[in-house]
Amino acid sequence: MSRKNKLRLFGRTKDLESQIDKFLDKLSESTVMFRLGVRTYLKEGANSEFEAKLKTVNELESEADGLRRNIENELYTHTLIPDARGDVLGLIETLDHVMGLYESVLWAIAIEKPDIPEEFNAGYRKLTNMVVQASDALVLAARSFFRNPHSVGDYNHKVMIYEKEADKISTQLKLDIFGSDLDLARKAQLRNFVEQIDNVADWAEDVADRLAIYAIKRTV
Amino acid sequence: MDPSILIFLSSGLFLGWALGSNDAANVFGTAVGTRMVRWSTAAIICSIFVVLGAVISGAGSSHTLGKLGAISALPGAFMTALAAAISVYLMTKSGLAVSTSQAIVGGIVGWNLFSGQPTDTKILTTIVSTWFICPVLSAIIAVILYKLLHLYLRKAQLHLVRMDAYLRLGLLLAGAFGAYALGANNIANVVGVFIPATPFPEIEIGGLTLSAAQQLFLIGGLAIAVGVLTYSKGVMMTVGSSLGRISPIAAFIAVVSHSIVLFAFASRGLEAWLLSMGLPTIPLVPVSSSQAVVGAIVGISILQGAVGIRWRVLGNIVIGWIATPILTCAICFFGLFFLQNVFGQIVY
Repeated sequence: MSRKNKLRLFGRTKDLESQIDKFLDKLSESTVMFRLGVRTYLKEGANSEFEAKLKTVNELESEADGLRRNIENELYTHTLIPDARGDVLGLIETLDHVMGLYESVLWAIAIEKPDIPEEFNAGYRKLTNMVVQASDALVLAARSFFRNPHSVGDYNHKVMIYEKEADKISTQLKLDIFGSDLDLARKAQLRNFVEQIDNVADWAEDVADRLAIYAIKRTV
Repeated sequence: MDPSILIFLSSGLFLGWALGSNDAANVFGTAVGTRMVRWSTAAIICSIFVVLGAVISGAGSSHTLGKLGAISALPGAFMTALAAAISVYLMTKSGLAVSTSQAIVGGIVGWNLFSGQPTDTKILTTIVSTWFICPVLSAIIAVILYKLLHLYLRKAQLHLVRMDAYLRLGLLLAGAFGAYALGANNIANVVGVFIPATPFPEIEIGGLTLSAAQQLFLIGGLAIAVGVLTYSKGVMMTVGSSLGRISPIAAFIAVVSHSIVLFAFASRGLEAWLLSMGLPTIPLVPVSSSQAVVGAIVGISILQGAVGIRWRVLGNIVIGWIATPILTCAICFFGLFFLQNVFGQIVY
């Protein structure tokens, strides 16, 4: 921390606040990039644009990691928010994992380059959209945890709805895949991608569940 | 200065030390217990402001105690303070909520009984009524402040981290105010009984004149500060658990309400202002810091649905109201008897 910051009243607080905000910005940015990456692959395959999106998600993930470490360090070395810092760390770490999931889906696509038949394209796109909406609602829930814990429930509710919808889409997609006359190896590969993408929404729901408890603790 | 004065003052200083080690926890206990404020920071701020409060605003409540009984001989004052210190110690040992204010009043009445001086029942009634008013007033103030703060926080939507920083600063400021109010209000318990019997000459330090009473307040304030610095840590660490789990915001409200009440019962400025507005004044009386804090916390608990009320704590307070002054009165009476007849001291 700079000397100027030390002299500023609540300098450390503002720094930490902006780091948390930046961390959440990285998450919503990587959500956009994830969606664009999957869409690009579905439309045009693993071209340079897809590679660019993968690279951006990687960069965002490692920047977020750096921010997460700084936040943890700051919270513990200066014993800030002693009654809620465990919750804040739990939240930041589980949110960080969402970015890890985006990264692994995109990496798997880049490595395996699955050949997705045209008829399943719409299903994958819908699933990705639903998952991304769940993530977006989660980011809003996380932001409101810091500023207005009373409205966390509203956003959490949306996360649950999107997660349920994503489950429905993924089940239908898997039924369609296994009802087709593709060979078993391709069916298994395609199912694997469905599950990997759907996993993001499942994880978002888990984080939302935790967040609900953290928010209740804050409003009591 | 006659060195025997210091020997006689020792009981008051001991009482001051006990007060500092116990009551600093009312001001900073929850802040330190929840690790929002470091103990060392709390102890230094508390010590400084307790001395300032005692010297600057200590006269009001001391004056009222003086009206209850003007102890005219040093050995008598010594015994009165010692009786209070002993009963505070005994009551603390038996886990009862104890107040030095109630102890010293019992002691003065004991001296009055022994010396055959009449006790002004009007003053006594005023003092006793404040023991009831103090926690109730503190509860009412806490409820109002809690409601207001709650409304503000919902509107302001402060970031968790910023709220934490504001709360830390708030706890420090409230603690400083609380320590000042504690010094102003409770210094009367520590050295009030010595005022009529110790005619110190006035001292001038760099244009500031310290009257005899203020010198006593300074010495008493320092004794409280020593109590804070040497023995308050353990009490502060445990105060959180004894009062139940409360949020840092509730802790802040409790300290502010406590401080307002103690200040109101000590401030001559406020008294003069109320008089000038034609309003009824608040008697300047030493009240119990612990009971003010407990009153505030009970108020907040009632607001939150009364799940957190501990009836045993309330029961202890009521027992303390009755037992502390009676016990001190008895100890003082018999102590004076021994001091006069065994040690040959003039006690009145």
